[in-house]
Amino acid sequence: MARIRRVVRLPSTVWPVNEEAPAPAASQPRVEVSHWDLFTGFLAVGMFGFGGIAAALFHVVVEKRRWLTPEEYTSTLGLGQVLPGANLINFATMVGDRFQGVAGALLALAGLMSIPLLSLVALATLYDRFSDLPDVRSATAAAAAGAVGLTMGTGFKLARTILKSPMAMIFAAASFAAIGLLRFPMLETIFVLAPLAVAAGFWSQRS
Amino acid sequence: MNRDVLLTMAVTFATTALVSVGGIAAMIPEIHRQAVGVYGWMDDAQFATAFAISQIAPGPNILLMSLVGWRVAGLAGLIVATLSTVVPTSLIALAAHRAEVRLSHARWYAITRRSLPPIVVGLIVASATVIAKAAITSYLGVVIAVGVALHVALTRTNPLVPLFAAIVVGIVAGRLGYL
Repeated sequence: MARIRRVVRLPSTVWPVNEEAPAPAASQPRVEVSHWDLFTGFLAVGMFGFGGIAAALFHVVVEKRRWLTPEEYTSTLGLGQVLPGANLINFATMVGDRFQGVAGALLALAGLMSIPLLSLVALATLYDRFSDLPDVRSATAAAAAGAVGLTMGTGFKLARTILKSPMAMIFAAASFAAIGLLRFPMLETIFVLAPLAVAAGFWSQRS
Repeated sequence: MNRDVLLTMAVTFATTALVSVGGIAAMIPEIHRQAVGVYGWMDDAQFATAFAISQIAPGPNILLMSLVGWRVAGLAGLIVATLSTVVPTSLIALAAHRAEVRLSHARWYAITRRSLPPIVVGLIVASATVIAKAAITSYLGVVIAVGVALHVALTRTNPLVPLFAAIVVGIVAGRLGYL
């Protein structure tokens, strides 16, 4: 894909470039985003993303910095979701690449990960130092139980929007049983279930 | 010996990340199976604590892998675990993003995109049950987990709000001798 960074910029008083230029396609960047912008933008996402990282992401990328339109945001995030790996990591990679190529992707990832990794190490060190205190032990036990609830709640929330057909419920039940109950390895499970699900998708579209 | 552990971890995390449809939450049972069951890097309780800390820390939940790495081999482990989870999948994201214009018109792409999410739902619920066995050690834990789950499922607030509420409840209950 051609990146439209190398546009010759003429003084706008002489030549109103922006008005004469054809409207860029939806998938082309309309704004200039520098290496530094990418780093600081995703640094902000990592910093404010305590739990509600999706909200922080939308706020920074769409509302505050206007790098993407809401439509571009949704479609990029959607692509990040079907690809393997963490949605947010995929998203940062793609947005970084969109504006500054591979270097941009690296900087976006570095920005996104640096504060979370530092706070992770700080938290783990604090925990090790104070894990003998009764309050810390009860707080950790409660946080662990809460984190289970968090994951379960996310699962329920997704189930309500995604499991709308009997076929969808069968595949959800199958992957739950294979991984959660039978503890099968993920590699084999996905290699069996994913092609079956896609085949079922083709079949249901045909009939 | 340490180098062998790092290499094993890199291969394990990279492979798991590459087949993890539906993000990191779906990877948790597999990471647990490997770290606790197959390689014995940590026990159930340590895994549950690592999971709790990674959820409290801000940022993407790939932090669980980073923390497992940190626990297993310190800073080198943290770096290896993080990079092996991030780099291979980011390369795929990079390639997919550049090919997306062509991809998005393909019928198989649309069907695949619609067909995989149910599997993800199953994986995420499986994650919760796998960790529940290690992380829930009291009746109060059950109450907290159910409360947070309902809150997350039924509202749109920042999930850290119920998580911190759970911590406060835990400390108070601990002081009163209920935990």
